[in-house]
Amino acid sequence: MLKLINFAHSEIFMIGTFAALFTMHGLGIDHAIGGFALVGALLLCALAAAAASGGAAVVLERVAYRPLRKRGASRLAALISAIGASFFLQEVFALRYGRDTLSFPRILSKTVLFHIGDGAVRTDKVLVVVAALVMMFVLDRFVAATRLGRGIRATAQDPETAVLMGVNIDRVVMLTFLLGGIMAGGGALMYGVLLEQTRFDVGFVLGIKAFTAAVLGGIGNLRGALVGGFALGLIEAYGSSVWGTQWKDVIAFVVLVVVLMFRPTGILGEALERARA
Amino acid sequence: MAGVLVDPYCLAVIEARRSARMNGTRLRVVAVAAVMATVVAACGGGSSKSSSSGSSGSAIKIGFFGALTGSNSPQLGINIRNGEKLAMDQYNKTAKTKVTLVPYDSQGDPAQAPQLAQKAISDKVVAVIGPAFSGESKAADPIFEQGQIPNLSASATNAKLQLNGWKYFHRLLANDDKQGPADADYISKKLAAKKVAVIDDASEYGKGLGDVVRSKLGSAVTVNDSVDPKAAAGNYSSTVNKVNAGKVDAVFYGGYYQDAGPLLKQLRDGQFKGAFVSGDGSLDQKLIDEAGTTAAEGAYITCACLLAGASSDPAAQQFTKDYKASSGADPGTYSAEAYDGTNAVLKAIAAGNTTAQTINQFLTTVDFKGITKEIKFDPQGEVQGGAIYMYQVKDGKLALLGDVNTLI
Repeated sequence: MLKLINFAHSEIFMIGTFAALFTMHGLGIDHAIGGFALVGALLLCALAAAAASGGAAVVLERVAYRPLRKRGASRLAALISAIGASFFLQEVFALRYGRDTLSFPRILSKTVLFHIGDGAVRTDKVLVVVAALVMMFVLDRFVAATRLGRGIRATAQDPETAVLMGVNIDRVVMLTFLLGGIMAGGGALMYGVLLEQTRFDVGFVLGIKAFTAAVLGGIGNLRGALVGGFALGLIEAYGSSVWGTQWKDVIAFVVLVVVLMFRPTGILGEALERARA
Repeated sequence: MAGVLVDPYCLAVIEARRSARMNGTRLRVVAVAAVMATVVAACGGGSSKSSSSGSSGSAIKIGFFGALTGSNSPQLGINIRNGEKLAMDQYNKTAKTKVTLVPYDSQGDPAQAPQLAQKAISDKVVAVIGPAFSGESKAADPIFEQGQIPNLSASATNAKLQLNGWKYFHRLLANDDKQGPADADYISKKLAAKKVAVIDDASEYGKGLGDVVRSKLGSAVTVNDSVDPKAAAGNYSSTVNKVNAGKVDAVFYGGYYQDAGPLLKQLRDGQFKGAFVSGDGSLDQKLIDEAGTTAAEGAYITCACLLAGASSDPAAQQFTKDYKASSGADPGTYSAEAYDGTNAVLKAIAAGNTTAQTINQFLTTVDFKGITKEIKFDPQGEVQGGAIYMYQVKDGKLALLGDVNTLI
């Protein structure tokens, strides 16, 4: 929206995974549970992760971005500031919780629901896919249909005019970061349920993947990000089974380059360009 | 074990470089590069935190060389240092000439190793237990050779180190040329696996070990994979899919416990029922913590090292008790080897050899029964009769099955 990529977003995600982990410890979960207890525990963890990530994102915006924006600094400065914040958060967590991997307790028993061909469909994977779709749907509706969503889109298109039309930019930017943080928190819980581990630098590779998915799908385009994410995942899965896992990234980025050669704005196009046209 | 350590700050630099590359416009890249240059400078310099622990000037100094800080420091540093310290404390109780331990924390970084080795020489240590990693051994051993300081590694298993003609190099366990074939023999003969998946972590150590197993097993290897743990970010689903599609009887993993744990867990979650075999890099209680006791149960791990806590030998059990009293923890991987190596040096000193050269001369003839094996070196500095031991996870603990050669 501000035409910058939040490079510290991977650390916002990391904070979410830690929050989810500590909530599970706090609830005393050490074995798989079912029924309402599971739903309740997952919701509580989601709430904690979203609160931690959302809070961290807002603080990050106040500390690392707003002062720069107020002084009219270039986007380059904001980028450096984000990288600095990213290092800072990583090291704080590394020093506080160690550099080793921390394991999640198993909250959801991983049973196979049914088979499609050779592939087994497992409870945890179904949960992750459903949660991702629900989160994207809610976010999409939110940005498209609410007052704040309109504010976000207006600010993204033309900040000066948005101010003239009575949009409080500081508020909109802050709420955007909050929103992004909450989504990261939800994602963090899903990561914790699926892979059951976290570490201070867990966000790094995921951040790169997320950025790639966003570019692939069309940057600034929410549905594009979802499409790009699924596309990237499929490319990596097929690429690694055909050529070997060590080629996964090579294949993914070759496809990215090829797609961008023919569709420079990504699969679904850049939302901003379309709106401007 | 040839561990490649990356300092967290340098990792940050790599990360920032990557982000810079991703970010497009040239101006940004240049600016980010400028920032990075300063950080890189900080990285290159390195810190040599080595302080003399003993204050008595007349005592004989024995060095420790390995990682006391950094991500591999529990296994390839602290375990060794504590074993060395125990041997020296026991010696000091009765000896007239006291010995004192001087630690050199290399962080496992080969770039820092030469400088630290120089420091050890100017500190006039008479012997060094270490270097712990194969990488830093390659960098530091030529300097110890020049300075004529006997060095005894309790953990560096690279199979090329002994070929340099070094006179001051010793090692207290069998090298990687023995471990890989032992793994392969166990898989093919004892486990009678017809189809095997060999997975490695794309590191110097993991791929090296994996390749030895691959060549020894030959056509039985039906699935191959190489996964850089950094790029996998904890997600091994594509590897699990390949293993399941290949319907293999056993999986061999060449790599370290931090990554073997999640891989093993995801294999078991993916309904893989066959045997899981790995090498010395995976020999750590943390493997079981990370995989979970259910998933880890039954996993096989080989090591040239003897885990004293897992052995039923009375001498090893006494050592385990003493070690626990001295350092407050159970002896870990390489603790017993370090203890034996230190005792070899102490025997030389007790026999009246107080200079580096005479100690080294004594080591050519030393022959005594240590905790791990009979300590006797061949002309290349390799301990004779170094065996490969097989461990298995039983009830959430590492249990010793025995010498691989006697098992098959």
